[in-house]
Amino acid sequence: MENVPVQGGKKRQVVETTLKQRTIRNNLIGYAFISPWLIGFIGIIVGPMLYSLYLSFTHYDLLSAPSWIGMENYINIFTQDPRFWTTLKVTFLFVFIAVPLRLIFALAIAMLMNMGFRGAGVYSLIYYVPSIIGGSVAVAVIWRQIFGREGALNHVLAWFNIEGYNWFAHPDYALSVLILLIVWQFGSPMVIFLAGLRQIPSELYEAAAVDGANAFHRFFRITIPMLTPVIFFNLVFAVINGFLTFTQAFLITAGGPIDRTLLYALYLYQNAFEYFRMGYASALAWILLLIIGILTALIFLTSKKWVYYESEGGKQGAQ
Amino acid sequence: MLNRKSTLSAVLYHAFIIGLGFIMLYPILWMFVSSIKPEAEIFQNAASLIPSDIKWENYAVGWEGYGQYDFGLFFKNSIIVTSLVVVGTLFSSSLVAYGFARLTFKFQKFLFACLLGTVMLPVQVVVIPQYILYHKLNWIDTFLPLVVPAFVGGAAFFIFLMVQFIRGIPRELDEAAVIDGCSPFGIFWHVILPLCKPALITVTIFSFMWTWDDFFTPLIFLQDTSLYTVALGLRGFMDPDAMTAWGPLIAMSSLSLLPQFILFLFCQKYIVKGIATTGIK
Repeated sequence: MENVPVQGGKKRQVVETTLKQRTIRNNLIGYAFISPWLIGFIGIIVGPMLYSLYLSFTHYDLLSAPSWIGMENYINIFTQDPRFWTTLKVTFLFVFIAVPLRLIFALAIAMLMNMGFRGAGVYSLIYYVPSIIGGSVAVAVIWRQIFGREGALNHVLAWFNIEGYNWFAHPDYALSVLILLIVWQFGSPMVIFLAGLRQIPSELYEAAAVDGANAFHRFFRITIPMLTPVIFFNLVFAVINGFLTFTQAFLITAGGPIDRTLLYALYLYQNAFEYFRMGYASALAWILLLIIGILTALIFLTSKKWVYYESEGGKQGAQ
Repeated sequence: MLNRKSTLSAVLYHAFIIGLGFIMLYPILWMFVSSIKPEAEIFQNAASLIPSDIKWENYAVGWEGYGQYDFGLFFKNSIIVTSLVVVGTLFSSSLVAYGFARLTFKFQKFLFACLLGTVMLPVQVVVIPQYILYHKLNWIDTFLPLVVPAFVGGAAFFIFLMVQFIRGIPRELDEAAVIDGCSPFGIFWHVILPLCKPALITVTIFSFMWTWDDFFTPLIFLQDTSLYTVALGLRGFMDPDAMTAWGPLIAMSSLSLLPQFILFLFCQKYIVKGIATTGIK
């Protein structure tokens, strides 16, 4: 009888130590599995980010060591660099025209694909084809030729006796042609919209039809509200990618004419890898991160007002 | 009456969709057709999709490349880089995703939040210090800066995708394997990985497509022409200072897209499904 509590204590101790050992073992196994990412996260994300923050307060040209200059880069960017304001203007113009156009187009075509006509599956694949080639060099080659002075577009215009330009050399049109390229590749948001449209229960439309709602009403009272989660998702992605657009501007217009297509990512690249102003470019990069962060946060914050989730109404989403 | 109306609307519908589809496809068709047009005709008859004469010379001339480097070399480089990136992405995304989805360890939630935070991180913010890092490691002008990040989970998005997928696999399967005496790695290898096949295919397709397409990363980390990928090789071709040889350039551009189109042709189901469910751009 006397032994029992002692034994019990021992037992508990044994259980506790094995439990502890087990947690340690579990931790070790867990970290072993995520170690590739953990190494990368520290080595190529967090480390570089901190270093880039530091660099943004220095003058650094790769040749001599970075020298601390405090806020000078940031002050110069905002007060001494007219090209910064140009690039900001161009980029905002680009994003705020290209993104809505791209999404409106994607939604319109997705709705056409969802009307229940035969062959819609094949058609949506065809409309997706331009998106496959994404930001490749080939697409830059195509665009440069088609919108060049001797290009296909001007040949078509000539049939109607309209004289075209070298569209990329014209300050008023160069950016529009880049926007057109982004809109042309509306395949991915279209596919996402199409998936979203298929999730809308047809009873909703049937009920609305019984109530005598016309197409206009059905679109704004059912389709759009039910699609808001998808619109939200597409919007966030499109805005972020819009701000990062680089290859097309770099290859097709190189920022010209007179900086009219000098997108932010391109200006950042030029500073870093053409002028080797690494500190200055780092400051530009952090300003870009801040802009994207603020815009994303704005979309997220306002989303509570306009994004409708089915589950909130008490009914669980279909997925 | 009703029938006639619906036939009419069907005809209008198909006419409109096909017409617009043609305009959409025109630039790509134009490229393939121009690649076999006689050089002069690319500009004289620019809008036409029917070549007066089929000439394959553009491909032969284009394949020669420039200097001592032909496109065979650029394709070889692209194939090496792309396949290593795909292997690295499959390796890191599956392993890490299993860790996050199925194992418990300290700071798991915090670290997963960190992972999510990096999914949309603009590459521009890290590329400068990364360049300096690789410069100090003497990795510039090697394939390492292009390939190593894939092995250490560089594309956080794919890890996230795999986590979501693994979470959908019933846990009873793991438990049964534990009773059979399986180790965590055994469960990963024998139970989870085989069930992840659809997700792994999605990861393979998209990491292939993006890497093959990528222009920015090679542009920054590769300077030596002998290491150029196809994207850089093409860019060298369209040098604005020199007279661009349009025929060969267009021919090589067409060729550069071939792997992606072939992949799309055979895997469009996976691609469309992958975009629809995960929102891959």
